[in-house]
Amino acid sequence: MQSAWTLLSWGPEGWLDDIAYGVFITVSLALATLPVGLAIGFLVALAKQSEEASLRLAGNVYTTIFRGLPELLTLFLVFYGAQIGIQKLLQFVSPGATVEVNAFVSGMIALGVVFSSYSSEVFLSAFRAIPRGQYEGGYSIGLSNVQTMRFVILPQLIRIALPGLANLWLILLKDTALVSAIGLSDILRQVGVAARVTKHAFLFFGLAGLIYLALAIISSVGINAIERAVSKQAVRR
Amino acid sequence: MSAVDIVDRPPPPPRGWPRRRVLGYALLALWALLALALVWFLVTAWKPEIFERYAPSYVDGVKVTLLLVAISVAIGAVLSVPIAYARMSNNKVLAAISYAYVYFFRGTPLLAQTFLIYYGLGSFRPALESVGLWVFFREAWYCAIFAFSLNTAAYQAEILRGAIDSVSRGQWEGAAALGLPRWVTLRKIILPQALIVALRPYGNEIILMIKGSAIVAIITVYDLMGVTRLAYARTFDFQTYLWAAIIYLVIVEVLRHGIEWIERRITIHLKR
Amino acid sequence: MRLSLRVALAAASTAMLMLGAAQAQEKVLKIGSEGAYPPFNNLTADGKLEGFDIDIAQALCDEMKVKCEFITQDWDGMIPALKAGKFDAIVASMSITPERLEQVDFSHKYYNTPSAIAVPKDSAIKGVAKEDLAGKTIGVQGSTTHFNFASKNYPDATVKPYPTAQEYQLDIANGRLDAVEDDIVVLTQWLDSPDGACCKILGQPSPQPVEIFGPGAGVAIRKGETDLANKLNAAIDAIRANGKYKEINDKYFKFDVYGSES
Repeated sequence: MQSAWTLLSWGPEGWLDDIAYGVFITVSLALATLPVGLAIGFLVALAKQSEEASLRLAGNVYTTIFRGLPELLTLFLVFYGAQIGIQKLLQFVSPGATVEVNAFVSGMIALGVVFSSYSSEVFLSAFRAIPRGQYEGGYSIGLSNVQTMRFVILPQLIRIALPGLANLWLILLKDTALVSAIGLSDILRQVGVAARVTKHAFLFFGLAGLIYLALAIISSVGINAIERAVSKQAVRR
Repeated sequence: MSAVDIVDRPPPPPRGWPRRRVLGYALLALWALLALALVWFLVTAWKPEIFERYAPSYVDGVKVTLLLVAISVAIGAVLSVPIAYARMSNNKVLAAISYAYVYFFRGTPLLAQTFLIYYGLGSFRPALESVGLWVFFREAWYCAIFAFSLNTAAYQAEILRGAIDSVSRGQWEGAAALGLPRWVTLRKIILPQALIVALRPYGNEIILMIKGSAIVAIITVYDLMGVTRLAYARTFDFQTYLWAAIIYLVIVEVLRHGIEWIERRITIHLKR
Repeated sequence: MRLSLRVALAAASTAMLMLGAAQAQEKVLKIGSEGAYPPFNNLTADGKLEGFDIDIAQALCDEMKVKCEFITQDWDGMIPALKAGKFDAIVASMSITPERLEQVDFSHKYYNTPSAIAVPKDSAIKGVAKEDLAGKTIGVQGSTTHFNFASKNYPDATVKPYPTAQEYQLDIANGRLDAVEDDIVVLTQWLDSPDGACCKILGQPSPQPVEIFGPGAGVAIRKGETDLANKLNAAIDAIRANGKYKEINDKYFKFDVYGSES
């Protein structure tokens, strides 16, 4: 039986290099998902705070669906369903062409959609925390709709939404573990393979737990730095 | 009705077709189209033999999901009280231990925790046997409940702590001035107010557990998601997943509306 | 609204880029395998697929003069992934069964080995008949012929499906299972390793009906790709004839896994 140190060494004998690759996949998936989730979430929040009832309804349907489905199920729906759907659509346009929605893109879409349905709620409550007078002030000095949004509302919105979004980021980091179920070599999949092959389940799953904790701690440090920077900006103004 | 009310009435909604209304109707049409496509797909894909074969297992799966979540949330609620207490206590050691506990279970994926408990603890069989705990950890079902309870206890402890913190210090001081012991104050004055605040987060936690429990099939507990995956692996019929999606949505929506209804009922006295 | 439109466009174009990147590829035959079923397919410590299936697949590719690329895929998503075009062929010890033939086409078999039952060394279970295993818990890999067989043949036992073979191996070593059922070659390989010290082969259930187990393991491809099927069949015959098959067979086994000629 190999010792724990051999198992955790770098190179063909040990599993550390594979786990490091898993960390790379997990982190890059979370980072790639973040802008997608933020952008869609912001648009959905805009729709939900619109004066137009139909837009509000469309936004609410979106959040109801994607907050109600288990993340794992959303992932499978995207991974198998979207592949078949896109393939069929593409056959109409140009027969014979194939598109592959790989596991990484599927994970990004599924997690992005879930993230956006939660972040839209965070944005929405941040929108509600900004008094009407701010918009009116913007208009009264001659700013257009977009300019008011860009220069008056957004800076405040980000500050208010930051704690909520930071929380969602930590949830996203953990949710990436689900992509191991569709074969993407993230942290959990890599340690799972290592645990099954070497039969050292406690060692490897324990290690995975510690890695996720380390990622959470690093994130917290980063988030605190961002929060400090943003609040300093506010004070200076 | 005063004059101010009349003046402050919002302007009538714009008539005609402004751009955002076009967009709104287009998006709604898209949703309607998707819903129709779903119904159409389910109707055309309907096969009585698949239904007959898998409907009973779906019912079992739903039962497993609901039972697992109900038991875990209940145990978690009990566990969360001492954890929250330790978290707020002035004893540094207690506070640090409970903080570490909460941080670990909130900072790592439930999937990893479940693996760690089922397969990880499985490698300590001789030790567990010698203290008579193996009977418990032998069963996947108990392991699942164990993992989920510890996980939700961490989240519920934070909810409880947040709710108790939300009750103003003045309430404690007022009770102390009346000479009430701390425990009575907590039970009769603080908790009733805190629980109103905590209701919604508790509801969200139950919903998160229902969704989170979808991973439990990896340790051979076949819940709704698990039976769905088995059915899909044998029929390769995509409708198996769509039915699961519909069932999950129904469960979550019923719960959400139930909680909102309870919240409306118990906050009636706060309405002005 | 214009700002949000720009954001949406940027997001859409990024998505397109990623799809495009995934699409750009030269013409290679992509082969899916599981990597959790030693000695047929397994993952090395540096994450590569290895094993009998992989060597056979490589030999078939060499024979057909095409470049092959291997993709690891979990067992229960194997056929959906094939149908969705994530790869073009499955070489993963997949038995040719009527149930699967409704979904995919198969080449001829490239090996056929019987199923067996293993139990802990100190087990009191006497035989592999239906009555012997009544009330026991049997571990199998889910969505396999072994799962179907165990469920049907041992109606009074609890059959527990696991995602991979290695997980039921962990669990019977941990003492959570009374017996496991799988391919005899897979069981033997595991029992010969240090991890298999817990257990022993109890016996082979009989009969092993061909309508459940099929004629053996074949290469699965999407329906209607007769051209590929013909090429694969020709390649299997060729490596059987030119000794390549025997060379690979002897690298892993002491007997011929091909089974009876048919």
